[in-house]
Amino acid sequence: MRRREFLTLSAASIGGVVVYSLDRKASRISPQAGNSIRIPLRFFTEAEALIVAAAASCIFPSDEAGPGAREAGVAVYIDRQLAGPWGRDRHRYTQEPFEENAPMEFGYQGQATPQQIYHQGLKELKGFAGLGPDEQNQKLKQIETTVFFSLLRQNTIEGMFCDPMHGGNIDLLGWQMIGFPGPRMSNFDDVDKHFGEAFRPKPASLSQMTGRKARASEDQE
Amino acid sequence: MKTLPSVDVVIVGGGWTGLLMAKELGSRTSLSVVVLERGGPRNADNYGDDMDELDYSIRFRMMQDASRETVTLRHTTTERALPLRQHASFFPGAGVGGAGEHWNGEFPRMLPDCFALLSKTIEKYGAERLPEDHSIQDWGVTYDELEPHYMRVEMLLGISGKAGNLRGKQMEGGNIFEGWRSGEYPNPPVKIPYFSAMFRDATKALGYHPYPIPAATISQVYTNPDGIARPGCTYCGFCERFGCMIGAKAQPTNTLLPVIQKRKNVALRTGATVRRIVYDTTQNGKRARGVSYIDATGQEIFQPAEVVFLASWTLNNTRLLLLSQIGEPYDPASGKGTVGRNLTHQVYYPAATAFFEKPLNRFMGSGAAGVRIADFDGDLFDHSGLPFMRGGILLALSLGFRPIANFGVVPQSVKPKWGSEWKKAAVHYYDRTGNIVFHGEHLAYKGNFMDLDPVYKDHFGDPLIRFTLDWRENERKMAEFATAKAVEIARQMGAKEVTPFPGLRSYDATRSQSTHIQGGTIMGSSPDRSVINPYLQHWQVSNLFVLGGSVFPQNASANPTPTILALTSRTADAVVNRYLKNPSALA
Repeated sequence: MRRREFLTLSAASIGGVVVYSLDRKASRISPQAGNSIRIPLRFFTEAEALIVAAAASCIFPSDEAGPGAREAGVAVYIDRQLAGPWGRDRHRYTQEPFEENAPMEFGYQGQATPQQIYHQGLKELKGFAGLGPDEQNQKLKQIETTVFFSLLRQNTIEGMFCDPMHGGNIDLLGWQMIGFPGPRMSNFDDVDKHFGEAFRPKPASLSQMTGRKARASEDQE
Repeated sequence: MKTLPSVDVVIVGGGWTGLLMAKELGSRTSLSVVVLERGGPRNADNYGDDMDELDYSIRFRMMQDASRETVTLRHTTTERALPLRQHASFFPGAGVGGAGEHWNGEFPRMLPDCFALLSKTIEKYGAERLPEDHSIQDWGVTYDELEPHYMRVEMLLGISGKAGNLRGKQMEGGNIFEGWRSGEYPNPPVKIPYFSAMFRDATKALGYHPYPIPAATISQVYTNPDGIARPGCTYCGFCERFGCMIGAKAQPTNTLLPVIQKRKNVALRTGATVRRIVYDTTQNGKRARGVSYIDATGQEIFQPAEVVFLASWTLNNTRLLLLSQIGEPYDPASGKGTVGRNLTHQVYYPAATAFFEKPLNRFMGSGAAGVRIADFDGDLFDHSGLPFMRGGILLALSLGFRPIANFGVVPQSVKPKWGSEWKKAAVHYYDRTGNIVFHGEHLAYKGNFMDLDPVYKDHFGDPLIRFTLDWRENERKMAEFATAKAVEIARQMGAKEVTPFPGLRSYDATRSQSTHIQGGTIMGSSPDRSVINPYLQHWQVSNLFVLGGSVFPQNASANPTPTILALTSRTADAVVNRYLKNPSALA
């Protein structure tokens, strides 16, 4: 059994939002109170989680266009995905022989699972969390054609816009930013109206919409 | 191996075709019918909680488990095939209802000349206009013969649309190029969201003939001829890769299963993976004795039956015939053999990605809500001066934009793929982007086929099916032509920037390009060039029938399910009215 690792998020770093602990208890932390929350990690060490958080934040920064990966909890999302069936390649065809250098149009043909790709990739980003923004961006540019980076980029988008039951998109920040309302029972009265103008119903998560607890696959297998 | 008591009929696969056949035989006869479905049970109530993009759409919760079985791909016979380790290019279903649960529900008929593609093309243009290595064929069934069955399955599913050709009379607002229809659609068209309405207005202004997509996501409450009632669509936008939470989208589980469950003579067994069709060889050829399968507990079972229906989707229909050694495998070098020949996919790609000034509210929609034009479909335009044959549909679908799959698309003027500049553009354009999609015919070629892979195995140790598949000049030239038309339409729609499709190169298994895979057990009028006769009955094994897209000699631009179901309906009639009275060759 590995030592229990936590990702400590300070209210100042994430701008004051609701975060969800592993048992899905929601806590609101605000910059005014100056408090912080410790989120238990399922896969990463704390050092790894901090690198992932920093790198995801370069890919999807917080800026005047809206919040980014840090506020949305992308690192927590990725941690849970890697610990779950996806991280272990539970549903990928993994019979040999592997052809690591296959042309792009055959898709990823490597043997390494997402867990292994992250472990290896993060080794090469040692010290990343402590670098300045320019150095961080430069470092990522050097690896932007790797399988690891393309996974990280894809997982960052997932963590920004997934249902919050998966650990990302905290407070529905991602959905609010782009005007996606989440699952809705009906758009019947609106689908052929609002032509040319933004129609932006208040976002709701799947649990909020159904009134039932939603079950994430990474919590089941 | 445990042997069960014999039944009259065993059906391999519990998707659209297997359950339609089970419903027909179960309702119209007293035969004992067993359906073997390798996936799990499912019913309409399962879908109340499924509107989670990550688990369902991105992680493929409703699809076949690729870790257990996938396909391998090579572009030519000289390449080594590699397994498609994750779904990307197409999405085989799993569980009761199969791919019919997670489809979008577009429901167009094929053009009449598709069924006589070879003879009509030669008649008009001469054989020299066809690609040298083509292997297209006539189907052995005509549109006129199939028309009543199209009508019947449209009534069954409650298709919502507008006729464009009612018994030969052109109807304003429908697809005036379609084949004749004996009746109007059972329900009026679904609502048209903004992006699709813009496409409608632009194509009209350009002189084309837009029409609402015929939809199995129905427009209003409807009760079908079996007494099955379904509600109208609410445009939640969770169709593709999801089951419908309210049952407005016709699925085998909400349209066929409720009828089957009332029939005491039909049994549905889940977790039952058929591995072989068992047969005897007699003086008169082969006769199927039943099927062997592994049940949910891992036990090997023999289910004897008088008649076997193979209804397990294109890939597995072909694979089971090859694994069971029924029929001669196709050999591309000699052109001999029939099993596995004429593999086709669909020429399907975003022809023009258009970026607009105004927001589009694209989260609203349904799988088949949208507008098409058929002006460049089939042979509806003259090909005399063109460098390709046939064509396809251009469409603006409003199927419900979801953010993980769609975030990040930016105009070509934005170079970065991550970081602040990319993010700002991607956030801005997220709801200002629309694709005009091209949906074109894929001709059959001698070199595109399926066989058993010599290296890679499924989780039982049986060989995977292997694709040898690549595009040819005809598809590439057709794609160039359609892309230019789509860009013209996007400009007319008022797009500020347009990204044209870069063109088809070699077959790319990472790009989602519809789940329309056809061929392998094709139908036809000659046993030398087809596996089954025009009643979908095996030429050599007369008590074996094959249902599904595997029977198509080649792809048409139309989505395949309507034709698959119409052919299944025709076979059900032939079995009930003729075969059961005299179990022998129907053709």
